[in-house]
Amino acid sequence: MPAADPQLEAEMIRRILAGEKALFHDLIRPCERPIYFLLLSLLRSESEAEDAAQETAIKVYLNLHLFRGESQFRTWVLSVARNEGLGRLRKQATRREDSLDAEIDAQDGDYTPAVLTSWREVPSEALERKELGALLRKSIEGLPAIYRNVILLRDIEEMDVRETAAALAITEAAVKVRLHRARAMLQKELAPLLQGYAPRRKGWLRWGA
Amino acid sequence: MKINCKHVWQHISAYIDGDVDASLRADIDRHLETCEICSAVLDSTRNVVVLVADDRVFELPAGFSERLHSRLEKELSLGNQ
Repeated sequence: MPAADPQLEAEMIRRILAGEKALFHDLIRPCERPIYFLLLSLLRSESEAEDAAQETAIKVYLNLHLFRGESQFRTWVLSVARNEGLGRLRKQATRREDSLDAEIDAQDGDYTPAVLTSWREVPSEALERKELGALLRKSIEGLPAIYRNVILLRDIEEMDVRETAAALAITEAAVKVRLHRARAMLQKELAPLLQGYAPRRKGWLRWGA
Repeated sequence: MKINCKHVWQHISAYIDGDVDASLRADIDRHLETCEICSAVLDSTRNVVVLVADDRVFELPAGFSERLHSRLEKELSLGNQ
C-alpha cells in the first residue's frame, strides 16, 4: 500500500491532539495490515500478533504527541510495532534459534536458483486454489526472521527500501541484500512445488502476456 | 561487458526492482536474450514476487479490524490523552 499523504496525516494528528479523538480510527486504519504482518513475522503466532497489534495501536495513540513528523507516520508506527514485538520476544523464555539482529549479510554467499525452465509463471488466478496460498505462506514462514521481516514489508506490504530500513532499524543496503536472499530462497523452494500450478505451455510463451 | 549466469543471479532482485544502472541492465538484457536458464530464473523469481504480494496470500484474520477498533474505542473513551 502506498504511503498516505503526509500533510493530510499531519492535519489529522493535529485535530486528534486537539480533541477529535475518534479520528484516530481513520488515522491508524491504513497501518493495520503492516502492523499485524510485521508482528506476525516477529512473533509467529496469530493470537500473539493480534494482541501485540492492539497494544501497538494503543501505544501509538498514547504517544501521538511525540510524533515529530520527521519520518512518515507509518514508519513511526511500524517502529512502535517492532519495539512491541521485540519486547515480547525478550520476555518469552523460549527464544527462537534465529537471532533477530544477527548480521549475517557480510558474506555474499553464492546463490544457485532452481533452474526449472518448465515453470516460469503461475497466474494469479491460481490463488483461487487455497492450497497455493498456504504453500506461499509456509515458505515465507520458513525463512529466517531477518529475511522474513524484509520480504513482508517490501514485497507483501509493498513498502519502499527506505521505509523498510527505517521500520526495521537496518541500513538500506541490508534491506536490499536480505530481500535478494529472501526472494532467491523462495524461488528455489517454490519452483519445484509450483510447477503443478503453471499452465501447460511449453517454450517461450508467457501466460497472459 | 559479457557476464555469466552467476553474475546475473546476483543482481536478479535489484534487476526486478529496477535498481541496477543502465550499463549493467544492458549487460543483463543481452545475456537474457540468449540464456534460457537465466530467463526462466528471472521469470519465476518475478512471479514469486507477484504471487506473494497478492492480498489473498496474507489476509488479516477474520474480525481483526473490528476487534482492534473496539479495543481502541475503549482506550479513546478513557479520557485523558
